[in-house]
Amino acid sequence: MTNLYNYILTIADNALILAQRLGELCGHGPSLETDIALTNISLDLLGQTRSYYQYAAKIAGNNKTEDDIAFLRIEREYNNCLLVEQPNTHFGYSIGRQFLFDVYHYMLLDALQHSTDETLVAIAKKSIKEVSYHKRFSSDWVKRLGDGTQESNEKMQEAIDYLWRYTDELFYMTEAEKAMSEEGVGIDVSAFKEKYYQEVTELLQEATLTVPENNYFTKGGKEGVHTEHMGYLLADLQYMQRTYPNMNW
Amino acid sequence: MNIGNLALKIESLNIESHLIETLSTVSDPEIPVLTVLDLGVIREAVEREGVIYIKLSPTYSGCPAMDVLSDDLKKAFSEIGKEVDIELVLSPAWSTDWISEEGLQKMEAYGIARPLSELHDKEVLLGAKRMVKCPQCGSTNTQLVSQFGSTACKALFKCEDCKEPFDYFKCLK
Repeated sequence: MTNLYNYILTIADNALILAQRLGELCGHGPSLETDIALTNISLDLLGQTRSYYQYAAKIAGNNKTEDDIAFLRIEREYNNCLLVEQPNTHFGYSIGRQFLFDVYHYMLLDALQHSTDETLVAIAKKSIKEVSYHKRFSSDWVKRLGDGTQESNEKMQEAIDYLWRYTDELFYMTEAEKAMSEEGVGIDVSAFKEKYYQEVTELLQEATLTVPENNYFTKGGKEGVHTEHMGYLLADLQYMQRTYPNMNW
Repeated sequence: MNIGNLALKIESLNIESHLIETLSTVSDPEIPVLTVLDLGVIREAVEREGVIYIKLSPTYSGCPAMDVLSDDLKKAFSEIGKEVDIELVLSPAWSTDWISEEGLQKMEAYGIARPLSELHDKEVLLGAKRMVKCPQCGSTNTQLVSQFGSTACKALFKCEDCKEPFDYFKCLK
């Protein structure tokens, strides 16, 4: 497959897997408003995923469809980062994961608007409007929980401490990313790493949370090596297509 | 329908005038008082050799109403014996500025508050200011309940004066 195809998946798989995680909360959110908000965000991400996959399917040819890409790959073929596949352990984790991803996602789309690839520019311009709302929602909740009660503060801190190890991978460049970045199609994500940590740090401090100091980071998702959570997630995601191939709603 | 803002918006787009009548029969499934023309999602509609080519700009990426809208457009034109070819266009991205003034008025009459400017939108969605006008009683003493409402495009508010909850159509630019 081409570098462009792989590059599109590197971006799109994050949106798909996070959409799936958020979708799990449908009907299970801690309150009606947050339930609706998280599933609305899920829907935005799923819509973005579709735009990317439709483009990737066109590049792949051979009558491949967006659904094939979404449902019929094995775990090692998904290129999402480890952060987005982490489970909804409790609300603090869902919000922490969202916040750490949204800040990155916004910066990525902001840069992608200047890609030389017209389709990617169009998707980025459309998506960034939605993501600015996501970021506002998750930042607001990090502040509310961090600067809330002692219990909410502890839980938010616990989630940030746990999820922190997955943030460095966001700036790891795969071969496809390097190649596409050289061509002006892709984004050199390492370029805004410093800006990312600065923005995240400022908000965590505002939320009276402690910025984790550990230097242990883990990665692998972008190369297809996932955490143990991914298999269960895919089992849910792919169940219908695997059990009843080509089924339609 | 009074001419003016909507007519002006249509004029600036490539929408052939003989198609307008049928297009105005197709409404947003979530906000049925708004036609596709009011919403500004139709960016082009031309007839070539009996086939109607429509360019549709989705409001939000994942908006389920877009699939319904496509089906409804096909149905509306098939009733007058026309075939429709719909292309989704992402660029330039849809903006709430594309909703016609008539559309905004219909929206308010339907009970949904109209989008504020980008700056004010941010302020009300952070709960910093009270500016959204209650579509029931007209008071601006209203408060944010949730940044996300019944659909992706709306936020949920409540009026502190008449105590009614209502939807606010978020600014998208």
